[in-house]
Amino acid sequence: MSAVLELDAVTKVYPSRPPVTALRGVTLRIDAGELVAVVGPSGSGKTTLLHLMGTLDRPSSGRVRVVGRDVAALPDRQLSALRAGRIGFVFQQFFLAEHASALDNVADGLLYTGMRLAERRARAREALRVVGLDVRPHARPTQLSGGQRQRVAIARALVGEPAIVLADEPTGNLDTATGAAVLDLIVELNRRGTTIVLITHDRDVAARLPRRVDVRDGYVVGDVTA
Amino acid sequence: MRTADLWRLAFVGVRTRKLRAGLSALGIALGVAAIVAVLGLSASSQAGLLREIDALGTNLLTVQNGQSFFGDTAELPTESPGMIGRIGPVTEVQYTGMTDANAYRSQRIPSVNTNAITVQAASLDLLRTVGTSVVAGRYLNAATASLPVAVLGAEAASRLGIDRIYPGERVWISGQWFYLAGILAPATLAPEIDTSVLIGFRAAATFLDFDGHPSTIYVRAATDQVSGVQSVLAPTADPEAPNEVEVSKPSDALVARAKAKAALNGLFLGLGAVSLLVGAVGVANIMVISVLERRSEIGLRRALGATRGHVRIQFLSEATLLGLLGGGMGVGLGALATFIYASTKGWDVVVPALAWAGGLGAALLIGAIAGLLPALRAARMSPTEALWTV
Repeated sequence: MSAVLELDAVTKVYPSRPPVTALRGVTLRIDAGELVAVVGPSGSGKTTLLHLMGTLDRPSSGRVRVVGRDVAALPDRQLSALRAGRIGFVFQQFFLAEHASALDNVADGLLYTGMRLAERRARAREALRVVGLDVRPHARPTQLSGGQRQRVAIARALVGEPAIVLADEPTGNLDTATGAAVLDLIVELNRRGTTIVLITHDRDVAARLPRRVDVRDGYVVGDVTA
Repeated sequence: MRTADLWRLAFVGVRTRKLRAGLSALGIALGVAAIVAVLGLSASSQAGLLREIDALGTNLLTVQNGQSFFGDTAELPTESPGMIGRIGPVTEVQYTGMTDANAYRSQRIPSVNTNAITVQAASLDLLRTVGTSVVAGRYLNAATASLPVAVLGAEAASRLGIDRIYPGERVWISGQWFYLAGILAPATLAPEIDTSVLIGFRAAATFLDFDGHPSTIYVRAATDQVSGVQSVLAPTADPEAPNEVEVSKPSDALVARAKAKAALNGLFLGLGAVSLLVGAVGVANIMVISVLERRSEIGLRRALGATRGHVRIQFLSEATLLGLLGGGMGVGLGALATFIYASTKGWDVVVPALAWAGGLGAALLIGAIAGLLPALRAARMSPTEALWTV
C-alpha cells in the first residue's frame, strides 16, 4: 500500500498569548484506499490535524507529506495546485454557493484546475450521479434538504478524483437518519476506492469505520484498526 | 483559472448583491454622468454657436482705424471703401464713421448720461454685409440718409428704452431732434453696431459737422480668398500708413470665444471628479465589507485550490466590473442629459469621444484602484482563519 498522507512528529503551536499547543508530536500514516475516523472531543486538536492534512496550514515542527510531497517545501501556488487536484474537502456547514445550481456548485470543485466549463459540468453531472443526486442537478442549494446539500458537497469534493477526501464532521448538521445515510454513502465511496479521512466527535459514527484514530489534548492516544 | 471563469465569477459576485452593487456603482455613475454631461453640453453649445457663426458667414473682414504713431486715433482716408471695393475677390464694402456726438432720449437728460451709446454715420447696405436686419421700422435709405433720421442698434434701443417705432418718435442728438426710422436686430459679427445710433453720412455732415472719414469698413470677400484679401486690406485702406489700420476677422474672434467658454467648465468637471472620488470610496467600502462577509467563501475557494492570486484577482475584477457598470450607466445618463438639453436648445448633439471614453476609462480605473486594498486583504486571509471563524 502506498501512503497518501504521512505525518511525522508534527507539532502545531498557535502564537497567541499564551501560546496554544494544538498538536504534540503526531505521527500518522494513511494509505490509499483507507477509511479513517479521527475522533476526539472538542479542543482535542482534531480540526488542527485536518488543517495540516489539507495543507491549509503548515506545522510548527515535524513533517507533513501529501501524496509523497513535503508540504513545507512547497510555495503557496503549488500547495494550492495540490489542493485543487489531490485533496477534496467536505465541511460540516456544506459551504455551498446559494445562487448557483447544485451542478455548478459541484463543477466549482474543478474551477482552479484550468478545465473548461463544459468539461467541468460533464464531470459534475457524473459526480452527482455517483452520490445519488442526479435527479435535480439544476436545483439551488436552498431548495435541497440538508442530506441532499451534503451530497452536493461530497460530490464537489469527489469531482476532481482526489487522492484523499477530508471530511470535517460531515454528519454534524444532519439528523440521525440523514446522517446515517450520508455515512453509508461515505462507506460506499470508500469501497469504490476513495481514500477518506472523517473527523468527528461522535463515537457512534467513528465506530462504523474500519480504522479509528483517537486524539486527545494534541496527542494521538489510540489507533485501532477493526 | 480561465479568464472566462474569472469574469463569470465577477458577474456572479455583482449579480448576487444587486442592490448593493447598484448603489455603489451609482456613485461612480453620477460622477461620470456629470463629467460627460458637462463636456457634452459645452461641446454641443459650441457646435451650436459655431453653426450660428457659420450661418452668419466667415468671410466678413473689418477694417478699423487704429492709432497713429503718437497715440492719437488715426483716420482712414475717405477713399478707403472705394479702393477696397476694387480688390478683386471683394464682393461687398460697407462702412461706418464714428462721430463724437451722443444720443439722448430727450434734451432734458443731463449730457453726462450718455449710456455709452455712440452715434455713427452708416452706409446704406450695411445690414446685409454685417448680417443683421431691422426688427421694427426700416433702415436708412437714399432719402433719409441726408435728413435728421436715425436707426437704433439693438442694445442702444434697449438702453434708451425704445422698443417700437411710431410716427414722430425721436431722439436728441447734439442739440437736434432726429426722427427714428427703425430698430436693428443684434449684429453678432459686429457688436459695435448694437450700441450705436446710425444716421446717414450726409446727415452727419450736415447736422453734426462730421468730416466723413470712415472708422470701420465691413468687407465681404469670396470665401476661398478671405486670407488673401485680409493681407492686402491694410495697405489698400491707407497706403500711406498701413500700420495705422487694424484688420480683423470677427468670426475668428467669436470662434475663439466659443472655445474659451469651455474653460469655464473646469468647475463642473471638478465637481464631477469629486463625485467620482466619492463613488470610488463607496466601491472600496462595499468591497471591504464584502471581503469580511465572504470569509467562508474565500476559505472554501482556497480549499478548492485557489491561490492567493486567484482570490486577489477575483475581488479586483469584481470591483473593476462595478466601476465599469457605473461608468456605463454614467455615460448613458450624461449622454441622455446632453441630448435632452441640446434638443431643447436646437443644438447639434455632440458627446466628444474624450468625454465618454475618458469617463468609462476613469470609472474602470477607479473601480480597480478602489478594489485593490480589499482584494489584497482577501488574498492575505489565511484559509483556516477564513473557514473556521464563521
